[in-house]
Amino acid sequence: MAFLEIDGLKKRFGNVEILKGIDVELEKGGFLVLVGPSGCGKSTLLNTIAGLEQITEGEIRVDGRAINDLHPSKRDIAMVFQSYALYPNMTVAGNIAFGMEMRGVPAAERQAAIDKVAKILQIGHLLNRKPSQLSGGQRQRVAMGRALVRDPKLFLFDEPLSNLDAKLRVDMRIEIKRLHATTGTTIVYVTHDQIEAMTLATKIAVMRDGEVQQFGTPAEIYNNPTNIFVADFMGSPAMNLIPAKIDGNGSGLSVVLDREARQPIVLSMPGAPAGLAAFKDKPVIFGVRPEALTDPEGAERNGSNIATADCHIEVVEPAGSDTFAVTNLGGKGVVARLRADARIQPGTSTPLAFNLSKAVFFDPATEKRIL
Amino acid sequence: MSAVTSPARPASSGMSARTINRIVIYGLLALFAIFYLMPLFVMLVTSFKTMDEIQNGNMLALPQSPTIEPWFKAWGETCVGLTCAGIKGYFWNSIKMVVPAVLISTLLGALNGYVLTKWRFRGHTLVFAMMLFACFIPFQSVLLPMATILGSLGRFGATLQNATGFNFGLGNSTVNLVFVHVVYGLGFTTLFFRNYYEAFPTELVKAAQVDGASFFQIFRRIMLPNSMPIFVVTVIYQFTNIWNDFLFASAYAGTGDVMPMTVALNNVVNTSTGVVEYNVNMAAAMIAALPTLIVYVVAGRYFVRGLMAGAVKG
Repeated sequence: MAFLEIDGLKKRFGNVEILKGIDVELEKGGFLVLVGPSGCGKSTLLNTIAGLEQITEGEIRVDGRAINDLHPSKRDIAMVFQSYALYPNMTVAGNIAFGMEMRGVPAAERQAAIDKVAKILQIGHLLNRKPSQLSGGQRQRVAMGRALVRDPKLFLFDEPLSNLDAKLRVDMRIEIKRLHATTGTTIVYVTHDQIEAMTLATKIAVMRDGEVQQFGTPAEIYNNPTNIFVADFMGSPAMNLIPAKIDGNGSGLSVVLDREARQPIVLSMPGAPAGLAAFKDKPVIFGVRPEALTDPEGAERNGSNIATADCHIEVVEPAGSDTFAVTNLGGKGVVARLRADARIQPGTSTPLAFNLSKAVFFDPATEKRIL
Repeated sequence: MSAVTSPARPASSGMSARTINRIVIYGLLALFAIFYLMPLFVMLVTSFKTMDEIQNGNMLALPQSPTIEPWFKAWGETCVGLTCAGIKGYFWNSIKMVVPAVLISTLLGALNGYVLTKWRFRGHTLVFAMMLFACFIPFQSVLLPMATILGSLGRFGATLQNATGFNFGLGNSTVNLVFVHVVYGLGFTTLFFRNYYEAFPTELVKAAQVDGASFFQIFRRIMLPNSMPIFVVTVIYQFTNIWNDFLFASAYAGTGDVMPMTVALNNVVNTSTGVVEYNVNMAAAMIAALPTLIVYVVAGRYFVRGLMAGAVKG
């Protein structure tokens, strides 16, 4: 039995169904990230776990106990809000201790708990300041301190890093990961940033329009997306989704990629998924991540199925650690990820290696993965 | 060279045009200010003059032998109707009415605003619209119905008096006025606080809920301490309105010892016995106006400070 279980959760506002039957579970000490574009219902889902929104159907259990009808304060949860939600009229210490004060914890115990948390988060010197005297990163720490001090069963984070600048965001991301590793708490975390999702999570739920599109480990989500939406949403730069055609020449199948004013590229697919046979002579979406489309020298040496084809390079973007090259296949711009020192010129043709063992196929009609 | 000189010339001609504009604007403003302050000035100087000087001198002249005798007379000796004990009793009547009325209406308005923004219920917009309606009721139209209600409350108070020996203030004119001012002030105070709390971050309320704070704990610990600017605005507004009210005061407490300041002042000025003591009347009027002036001067500073605190809040 999992620690956090969400069963058939539905949420309606009037006639509008915001959450359309969510089933998710998380082991104790796990880190679940709810990720998706704005309006997908991820924050609403988090609020229902917190008890700030009522659910219409279904059940939420923590440690075997149904909590969906309990008041937020009775659920043994703590929450970090996007805007930090620090009480402006109280000091940092007052903010951290407010929850304990409300539950009637004696002053001496409160002080001990504040000191302990202040030490973990290194905010001891800030305890007597007001939130308005803190920087963004410090506020973030205080907000986490307010959650930590409760020592709850479940931590909820609602886009906690979205108000920080890029560098601080990376620092705090590492900090949160370290905190999770050292305290072993169970966390549910909402973000629209797929990099945060990949780096922090032990489990990811990719959401769209009130439905979980895919639920799994970061590696599963990244390598085996179940549909075009997940493939496109996770990963940066995004997966190349190229309109293609399946051709059958006797024994095996091959993928045909159209090119402007040139012969199409034909890649034979010895290890093609079984379902692909049904798409013979039909259009499919050929998905290949930029790192699976690279210069032949940089290609994975032990990759079982690597095919090389000449491509016309339109744009070259040196990003320091990598060089990205844009070519055109199937009428779409396709991004290849090359070594930083790859010698490549825009406007020329160069051989690119397709790692076909990492390629995935989607049905253009249903947008689902072809397995 | 031309590039250097040409901007200079229009600038100088522009300067003179701007100067003329300034003179016209400030001249007009000064004129209006004088117009506006003239009556106050006349009141102030007259209240420090002797009766001889008033009868023989210029209204605008400064007092030649300043005296504060009229102020003492207004406070302690002048006749209101038939009793000649000054206006001090009526001044306290007003204070006793204004302070509870302002505090109760402001706190209830804050509570209303809190509920209407952070604890929304079905039909909350309708409730708010109806409360807004209270801002636009012509008070003359409610005088008679309210008199009926106050009459009933008074009779209920008398019943309580017979039954328990204590009437809980029902039927008392000051309590009646407090009640009336709270009821008709609620529209405005609710409007003020609702609009302020509309922009108040709801996440703070949610965080407090997760922290285990109850409805009233959130109100007292989170909402009220962060409402200083609107609290001061509401208090200034309510204090000025209720202190200056004449209509309700004359209708429901228009006679005897229970009169508030405004009604008493009217009776001082309208007294028909003997010589009209302008200096005493003016001093009485100044005393009647002082509390609102003080509220503006004192609370106005807090008001600005409150706005500043809000501006840097993260």
